Amino acid sequence: MRMALKKTGKALLQALPILASVLMLISLAVANIPKAWYARLFTGTVFDPVIGAAIGSIAAGNPLTSYIIGGELLRRGVSLLAVIAFLLAWVTVGVIQYPAEAMYLGRRFAVTRNLTAFVLAIAVAALTVLTMHIAGIVPRVAP
Amino acid sequence: MTERNQRQRRPAPGLIFFLATSGLTLILWLVHPAAVVRAVPFFVSLLGRIWPVLIFVFGLLFLSNLFLSPQLVKRWLGHASRKRGWLIAIAGGILSSGPIYLWYPLLRELKEHGMRTALAAAFLYNRSVKPALLPLLIYYFGWGLTLILTVYTVAFSIIQGLIVERAAGSVTSPHVRA
Repeated sequence: MRMALKKTGKALLQALPILASVLMLISLAVANIPKAWYARLFTGTVFDPVIGAAIGSIAAGNPLTSYIIGGELLRRGVSLLAVIAFLLAWVTVGVIQYPAEAMYLGRRFAVTRNLTAFVLAIAVAALTVLTMHIAGIVPRVAP
Repeated sequence: MTERNQRQRRPAPGLIFFLATSGLTLILWLVHPAAVVRAVPFFVSLLGRIWPVLIFVFGLLFLSNLFLSPQLVKRWLGHASRKRGWLIAIAGGILSSGPIYLWYPLLRELKEHGMRTALAAAFLYNRSVKPALLPLLIYYFGWGLTLILTVYTVAFSIIQGLIVERAAGSVTSPHVRA
């Protein structure tokens, strides 16, 4: 019992500066990037899914925020493919959290996981749009 | 000087990361103070929101230190766990709440006890499926997109896990040791 408490306490002490750093970076990013800024980066070309995944990778915060921004992007004419890539990358890729992930789970793990999550965000988005098209499902955009 | 002494003299990477982030914030404050001032309320509110999850995760860490043996972790989350391991990782990822970075210490602990790298990656990928937020996703994008996206996310978490395991192996980072 004492051993487990000591080990957990030590892990918590080691985690605190890392967590504080990630919180600082996320706060700076979220507070200083206005939501309207995201829409300006899309070009209306075939590169939009990559741009969507790239923005989602750098952005941080509650997934709910990504839904709101995603809905706004769809209303502004950004493709569904790019918006889904953005939504997926928001929750699966973590550029800001990368240093913490590398410290805990290894650099190779963090690099591979984030890179594959980036590629998969685009691939899953493409498959989702294709499946919706085949099934005849029309995407809904919240009012 | 022994290798152990050298290791003890080296500052912890977590501390270096903290100093670097603090330095960056300080420079930003000197150059553009409004950017830092704007971030303070968000930092405070984020801090207020994450502490219950922090307690929960470190509670789990304590329990795992107390009860989990490498043999048990290997049986449930190791290479021999097969379908059961994948189900635990997928369900755990979907049900886990709070920011992703709060789960790194527990995952590292489990990996050190024998958890497959593929299952750790699958756990993290499945955190993108948020049961509590599904009604909102349906509201914003419709049930069709939500259903298809969720099914693909779970399916591709397995593919991602296998790719990460192949690339990263099952070695745990030497940087942060409990």
